[in-house]
Amino acid sequence: MALQKGTVFRYGRDVNTDIIIPARYMSTQDPKELAKYCMEDIDPEFVKNVKPGDIIVAEENFGCGSSREHAPISIKASGITCIIATFFARIFYRNAVNIGLPVFELPSAVENFRMGDQVEYDLEKGWFKNCRTGSQFQAKPFTPEIKEIFDAGGLIELVKQQTGR
Amino acid sequence: MNLTEQFLARGSGKAKVSPGDIVTVTPDIMMGNDVTSSLAIKILQDAGLEKFADKNKMFIVMSHYVPNKDIKTSEMTLLIRNFVKKHGLPFFFEAGKGGIEHALLPDEGYVVAGDIVIGADSHSCTYGGIHTFATGIGSTDLAAAWVRGKIWLRVPETIKAVFNGVPKHPWTSAKDFVLHLIKEIGDDGATYQAIEYHGEAIENLTAEGKLTIANMAIEAGAKNAVFPWDKSIEQYESTRAQRHVRPIETDPKAVFARKYEWNVENLEPQVSYPHLPSKAKPVSQAMKDNIKIDQVFIGSCTNAKMEDLRIAAGILKGKKIADHVRGVAIPASQKIFRQAIEEGIVDIFAQAGFAVTGGTCGPCLGGHFGIIGPGEKMLSTSNRNFVGRTGHPKGETYLCNPAVAAASAVAGYIVDPSEITGS
Repeated sequence: MALQKGTVFRYGRDVNTDIIIPARYMSTQDPKELAKYCMEDIDPEFVKNVKPGDIIVAEENFGCGSSREHAPISIKASGITCIIATFFARIFYRNAVNIGLPVFELPSAVENFRMGDQVEYDLEKGWFKNCRTGSQFQAKPFTPEIKEIFDAGGLIELVKQQTGR
Repeated sequence: MNLTEQFLARGSGKAKVSPGDIVTVTPDIMMGNDVTSSLAIKILQDAGLEKFADKNKMFIVMSHYVPNKDIKTSEMTLLIRNFVKKHGLPFFFEAGKGGIEHALLPDEGYVVAGDIVIGADSHSCTYGGIHTFATGIGSTDLAAAWVRGKIWLRVPETIKAVFNGVPKHPWTSAKDFVLHLIKEIGDDGATYQAIEYHGEAIENLTAEGKLTIANMAIEAGAKNAVFPWDKSIEQYESTRAQRHVRPIETDPKAVFARKYEWNVENLEPQVSYPHLPSKAKPVSQAMKDNIKIDQVFIGSCTNAKMEDLRIAAGILKGKKIADHVRGVAIPASQKIFRQAIEEGIVDIFAQAGFAVTGGTCGPCLGGHFGIIGPGEKMLSTSNRNFVGRTGHPKGETYLCNPAVAAASAVAGYIVDPSEITGS
C-alpha cells in the first residue's frame, strides 16, 4: 500500500464506546449517519475537522464499555484509517478487526504524538512517522487469524469466501 | 487447567489449552439484543448470507429500545421482526414477553451451567455467574457465528479473585464485592483476562449474587468471569435449567496469572462516583460528601432480579421517596415483573412514588424511561456511569447496590441504608 499522510487526533485513556457514539444516536445502522456524531461528547470539533486519511492516537483501554459495533463503524465512516493506542478493550479490538479498521498497539508512538501532529504511515507495514519529531514506529505484525480477516477485507468477506458466496 | 481453560478445552475438543492459544468453539447460545441484532441482520442481508448453522442456538432478545421509543427504533426493530418471521427463529423475545437478556436467559433456564455462550452485548459475561464460559462480542462476530456455528477465541490468562470473611455491615452485598474489585484492580485491570472467583464469601452468595458479580467483569475489562459449580448454583438450576447441566470440576493444580485476596469483613456498601465504576468509595464517605440526588434508578441486568427487588422493597415498604427525587424501577424481565406484582413489591414501589415498568434496559444506557438532564445526579443500581451514558453528557451517575438506592431515594441524599431502617 502506498504511503499515506494525515493529521493525528490525540486522546487520553478510557475512551469508551458510549463517548465514541452515544446511545442517543444508535437507532440507526447507517455508517454516514453514525459518523456525524462520532466523538461528540469528548471532542465536538472532531467531526468538523476530520479528513480522510487522518488517524486517532489514544492511551490505555481504547473502546472500553459497550459492545456496540456502531463505535468502530462511526470512526471508520468519519474518514479515520486506523487507530493507535497503548492497548484496546477486547470487544472493540475484535469489532474493529472484523469491519476492517486497522488497530495497532504501539505505546511508544502514543507517547510521541500530540493532537494535530502530521503523520506519515504505511498501513500494510504498520509503520508510522511523526513529521513533527521525526520519530518512527513499527507495529508488531498481526497474528495469523487477524491477518486473514484483514486480508479478506473483514470477517464477513472472509465468511463469504469460505461459504462460496 | 483453571475453569476458563477447561471450558475452552472441552468446547474446542482439545485435551489441554493454555493462555494465548487460539481455539475454535461451538457455542451453545449465540445471542443478540435489539441494537446489536439489527446491525447483525443488516450485515447478513447486505452480504446475502441467509443459511444458519443452528437456529435453535440463535437468540434475539429485545431489551434496549423497547417498547419502541421512537420512529427510528420502530424501523430498527421491524427489521428484526421481519428477519425472525422469514427464518422462523424459535427464540425471539418481544417486549412484554421477555426482558433484559442477562436476567431472562439464566432465570428461565435457556442458558445452562456448563454452557459456552457468546452474546452481542458487553454484559454477556453475566452468565459466568452460573458456571458457564460467557463473553461479549460485536454484531459482525454474531452474524458470522450464526452462519458458521463457530467462533475463534483466544484462551485468556486468568485472575484468581478470592473473597474471605463475612461482612459485618448488614447491607453489604454482592454488588459491593465487585465494585470493590474494580476499584482495586482498575477499570482496565482484567483486560483480555478471565476472572475466577473463590473463597468463603463467594460460597455464601446466592446464584443471583454471583450473576451480579459476573455481570460487571467487563467493567474491569475482563473477557469473562467464572464461578465454580456449587450448592447455590445447583439449587438455582434445579428449578430452571431446560437442558442438562454439565459442571466442570475445579482442578487443584490450576495455574493463574495473578491472585488477589480480600477480606470483606469490614467492607461497607460501595458507591461508584462519576464517571467510572472504578471510582468506588464506602457509603460512609458518600454521606460525608452530602450528595443530593435527582433520580434513583433500580433496574438493569446487574441489580433488578427478585433478590434485588425484595431488598429494595423491604426498605421502601410504607415509606415515600423524597419530594425532589424521581424514582424509576424496572424489574429486569417479564417473569420477574409478574413475580414482583404477586409479592406486592410493585405496589410498594408505586406507593413510595416510583414510576414502575418491566423488562427494559431503560436509562441504564440512556435509552429511555428516565434519561437524566444537564447537571442532574442519578443514583443507579446499574453497571456503568460513563459521561453521557445515562443521558445528558453533563449529567452524573453514581452506582450502588439496591439497598443503598432504595434508602437514598427516601432520604433524598446518598445514605447508608441503616439510616432509614435503623438496623
